Amino acid sequence: MAFEDYEPVIGLEVHCELKTATKLFCGCPTTFGNEANTQVCPVCLGLPGTLPVMNGKAVEFAVKIGHSLNCSIADYSKMDRKNYYYPDLPKAYQVSQYDKPLNYGGHLDIVTKEGTKRIGVTRAHLEEDAGKLVHAGGKSGRLDSSDYSLADYNRGGIPLVEIVSEPDIRSSEEAHAYLTALKSILLYIDVSDCNMEEGSLRCDANVSIRKKGTEKFGTRTEIKNMNSFKFVKQAIEYEIKRQAAVLDKGERVIQESRLWDVTENKTKSMRSKEEAHDYRYFPEPDLVPIILDKAYVQKLKAELPELPGAKRTRFEKDYGLTAYDAGVLTAEQELAQWFEVGAKVTKNPKGFANWMMGDMAAQMKEQEKELKDLKFDQKKLAELVDLVDAETINSKQAKEVFLELFNEGASPAEVVKTKGMAQVSDPKAIEAAVDKVLAENPNVVVDYKGGKQGVIGFLVGKVMQASQGKANPKMVNEIIKKKLDS
Amino acid sequence: MELYQKTIHEIAADLKAKKVSSVELTKATMAHLKAVEPKVQSFITVTEEAALAQAAEADKRLASGNDVTPLTGVPLGIKDLLCTKGVQTTCASKMLEGFKPPYNATVVERLNAAGAIMVGKTNMDEFAMGSSTESSYYQKTKNPWNLSCVPGGSSGGSASCVSADQAFASLGSDTGGSIRQPAALCGIVGLKPTYGRVSRYGLIAFASSLDQIGPMTKDVEDCALMMNAIAGHDPKDSTSADVAVPDYTTEMKKSIKGLKIGIPKEFFPEGMNPEVTEATKKAIEQLKSLGAEVHEISLPHSPYSLAAYYVLAPSEASSNLARYDGVRYGLRVPGENIVEMYSKTRAAGFGPEVKRRIMLGTYALSSGYYDAYYLKALKVRRLIKQDYDQAFAKVDIIVTPTVPNPAFKFGEKTDNPLTMYLEDIFTISINIAGLPALSLPCGISKTDLPIGLQMIGKPFDEATLLKAAYAYEQSTDWHKRKPTLKES
Repeated sequence: MAFEDYEPVIGLEVHCELKTATKLFCGCPTTFGNEANTQVCPVCLGLPGTLPVMNGKAVEFAVKIGHSLNCSIADYSKMDRKNYYYPDLPKAYQVSQYDKPLNYGGHLDIVTKEGTKRIGVTRAHLEEDAGKLVHAGGKSGRLDSSDYSLADYNRGGIPLVEIVSEPDIRSSEEAHAYLTALKSILLYIDVSDCNMEEGSLRCDANVSIRKKGTEKFGTRTEIKNMNSFKFVKQAIEYEIKRQAAVLDKGERVIQESRLWDVTENKTKSMRSKEEAHDYRYFPEPDLVPIILDKAYVQKLKAELPELPGAKRTRFEKDYGLTAYDAGVLTAEQELAQWFEVGAKVTKNPKGFANWMMGDMAAQMKEQEKELKDLKFDQKKLAELVDLVDAETINSKQAKEVFLELFNEGASPAEVVKTKGMAQVSDPKAIEAAVDKVLAENPNVVVDYKGGKQGVIGFLVGKVMQASQGKANPKMVNEIIKKKLDS
Repeated sequence: MELYQKTIHEIAADLKAKKVSSVELTKATMAHLKAVEPKVQSFITVTEEAALAQAAEADKRLASGNDVTPLTGVPLGIKDLLCTKGVQTTCASKMLEGFKPPYNATVVERLNAAGAIMVGKTNMDEFAMGSSTESSYYQKTKNPWNLSCVPGGSSGGSASCVSADQAFASLGSDTGGSIRQPAALCGIVGLKPTYGRVSRYGLIAFASSLDQIGPMTKDVEDCALMMNAIAGHDPKDSTSADVAVPDYTTEMKKSIKGLKIGIPKEFFPEGMNPEVTEATKKAIEQLKSLGAEVHEISLPHSPYSLAAYYVLAPSEASSNLARYDGVRYGLRVPGENIVEMYSKTRAAGFGPEVKRRIMLGTYALSSGYYDAYYLKALKVRRLIKQDYDQAFAKVDIIVTPTVPNPAFKFGEKTDNPLTMYLEDIFTISINIAGLPALSLPCGISKTDLPIGLQMIGKPFDEATLLKAAYAYEQSTDWHKRKPTLKES
């Protein structure tokens, strides 16, 4: 059986830490990066006798996530205890949601090379985070080589929303697109920092393969420990190949959890650490059910900003952008907003978009500048676009002007004027320059007339040189052709 | 009569009238406490120094006349599963030996705010699981009425210290009868409030949907005074009810003429101890003579209460006690790896009854059994509650015996756990239904052991319960009888 005969079936579980000021059940702050065990209290430490109190803001953020993923919002849901022993879990149970999640039955549309695809979202439920363990004393920082472990409960009790996709994803590219779209949405609605390095966004992947054309699901493995979208993509690709190889040998895929190993670029079995997990779920008796009235749920929906998908579609329609360009500009809300201000003051939104995605993006990356650091506003960039469209300057000159705009915040019109850069588009002047160049390069003329059409570029270049780059290159090209063909 | 033999309302009058200071009172009470403690063993921890410091503060309040409550300057006992800041809180278990909580339970904060004095932490069945206080890791508490008999449980120490005048009152907790049964066995008043009436914040949990904290006192008026201090909504407890707290002494002294009393036929089974039956019937007649109307009612699902309870409570306990794993506080027995540390710690830290219930509960919640046991028990719970709702459409309170027998001897029921579980047969359905109920003395057996009468009320209607109890109490003198601390 060839690799191409298998179809991957992928589902993604994303844990998103909510950026509420305080934890899910107590008043401890949720700030990242402080000294261990300085953001803890009897409640989040699970000291004997303590009780949880629900953070209303966390419920609000969770409902907003549900709305933004087109979910049904449960008017009655509850918290449940998920019981298991691990030192990062102070109560030896995690308060989560089992059979009545807050949000269910939604979807997320992704855009790949193949087009748009709808990925189902099974559920998005609220739960508390566990603490963090540091395995010390060994070489690799991993449990198996350590002498002892240290527990930091700062993270314990931070609200999480677990977003579970349907197994609708069929490739690593789709998985990457799903994660990118999801992150974009979460940032737009401002419920999370979505920082994978800090752990405010985490992803596990469930991967299985089956013969193309069959319906039955193959055995799936769960891949963990992928700290970036790039690693998710790599890990999925590796796992698909690994499972295909297993099946090709006539063996069976073992249902297990596997870790992504960044040094060896492989997934590795966690089997030795696996226990049969019976979480003995039961309704959390220390909390009351979550009953949301329709007005509240509606109000939260109305408070949502325009989401990336809708904005992208609107940009395509209103500004004539391609799906790809609209996608790039709407990936981040600030960028989209910046563009839209510009699109309203320029006569050429598409041109404006191209400058943003091209030279502007390049300079921002190289100089490590963000939108808020820019020395110019949209009006000035629009000025540049207009100058190019009016053919006052050519594209090479425009790049020069852009650098002045970016580095000094200079007005493009001013720069052109001061530097006398206005493009020469006077046919008589250009003809004169062309005649001179043709006279100085008779061999090239002979080559051209002999069939080497490509040398026209050389001649254009010579004319541009002679004019200090100011000649209108289009016109130069036309006039040279006319003269040579005649 | 000695100072420490008085009731709270009597001593409060003395304190207010400056006939005695809190320091004098506390010293006298403490001296008596220590004198009888070798016989009774009510306390795991005695906080003499702290008590005297609290008494000095109370005296300042009493002197100024500002902010004085009936509890100001009055020595009380606190069951050792209520968190007391900086003071050892053990739940009578080896697992929490030496554990000093960094915070106070809400009820303790409220008593402190009222100016009450804490004399010590009282003994109990380990983690509140039991009906005799015999399962305590630390010591056996004796019944002041007969030192070879149990005081009941799990709030055995809270009951005995009040009965033996080592404190004016105490706080206990009740999950299946743990306030009412020891109150009955020790001849005192014990009230389990409506679920949600008193904050559980700081109560070390046994069964979250059943636990409640309540007062154990020498008489009904004291019980009302304690309720005034501790009842009420607590934002730290999501299950505490936002229902206004009346002054429980207001209704208490009113007539019970026309009060409708229900007697459930299921609570007088075959083979009941005849002395208990007799005392209960006499008490009902007494209530009739005070103007109450007696109606027979039925609680048809009550025979299933014990079974439902012994699924629900251990299930919740198996989860609540999972946190005792040796990682952060309490006992730790080291191991080669984490699983070994967990197993060794829990094997060493818990006694047999606690282990038994954790295993029962784990099983009842496990995959493949959840529906048949836990879910089924939740459904039976609703049926039991419905029985009470229907009964309370017709009557104002329900009266039953508290326990089938007076106090039993040490070791009498420890061989077979089920015989111990049957102690709770009359008290247990009340916790399942979340109702308020109290026990007060209604007789003395031929062998000089107290017999208790249980009164059950409508949700948040502790006032009517206290009224009926007060009327009965004041028309008898059971509450004036004191134990002699004799050996069998």
